[in-house]
Amino acid sequence: MDRTVSCRTFVSYIDRSREYYAAQGYERPYAWPHYDEVPFSTLGKPLAKCRVGLVTTAQRNQPGLLMPIRELYAAPSSPAPTRMRTDDLSWDKQATHTDDVDSFLPLNRLSEMAAAGRIGSLSPRFYGVPTDYSQSNTIQRHAPQILTWCRQDSVDAVLLAGL
Amino acid sequence: MSLVSRHLESNGIPTVVLGSARDIVEECGVARFVFTDFPLGNPCGKPWDVPMQSAIVGMALDLLGRAWMPRTTVQTPFHWDNDDWRDHYMRVDDGNREALARAGEERRRRQAEAKKAH
Repeated sequence: MDRTVSCRTFVSYIDRSREYYAAQGYERPYAWPHYDEVPFSTLGKPLAKCRVGLVTTAQRNQPGLLMPIRELYAAPSSPAPTRMRTDDLSWDKQATHTDDVDSFLPLNRLSEMAAAGRIGSLSPRFYGVPTDYSQSNTIQRHAPQILTWCRQDSVDAVLLAGL
Repeated sequence: MSLVSRHLESNGIPTVVLGSARDIVEECGVARFVFTDFPLGNPCGKPWDVPMQSAIVGMALDLLGRAWMPRTTVQTPFHWDNDDWRDHYMRVDDGNREALARAGEERRRRQAEAKKAH
């Protein structure tokens, strides 16, 4: 045993953000999605033969744009980007940084796994989904487009890493 | 992100979510989740720590093949350098309460102006 605790150790971001925005005068809390049923698929072949895709909430760098937009996009996995735009997303900017793209978009790590034969291949594109207050936008527009891109790229399994 | 994962799973593509906001992902409900108890920003390992990143991505890949039912969460064994971030992030206290209230008012004013301009 490493230690004993008297309360939950991990941060509740649902509680924390509700209190934070209430302090800003937003008294109606954000209604996070909750489902009782969870869909589940299994691999149709060994991982060593699978093409793996990667989805991120980070945005592509848009240097020079005064008002960068959050977009739904597919971008080449190789060469892996060395910078991504994360400034306008919610993450802990006091405690850490996003200068190492692999800490949230592990394209290089997955390429190494492919080279080592752990996976069949990395998808030629990775996919960006904008964080959106509107869950219906995500469900009706963004998710179906990500699925279409995954099918176009013959992706067998997907890793999703949000900031 | 969890909603996208659910859509892919519903259409036959197995997924695994990597993240640090455990309650948000688990409330939504996803097939597979690799949880790293870090401040938000580095769900795939500490910056520049290649062995840790490889381990976390490796755990996600393992979970793709090994999970046999949905809502399978695996917690990685890694710790941040300290625990200060747990209390600091989005903290509300007497030191910032007034500033937050002003920031909220300012934001609503800007949004109202933008709405008028359209």
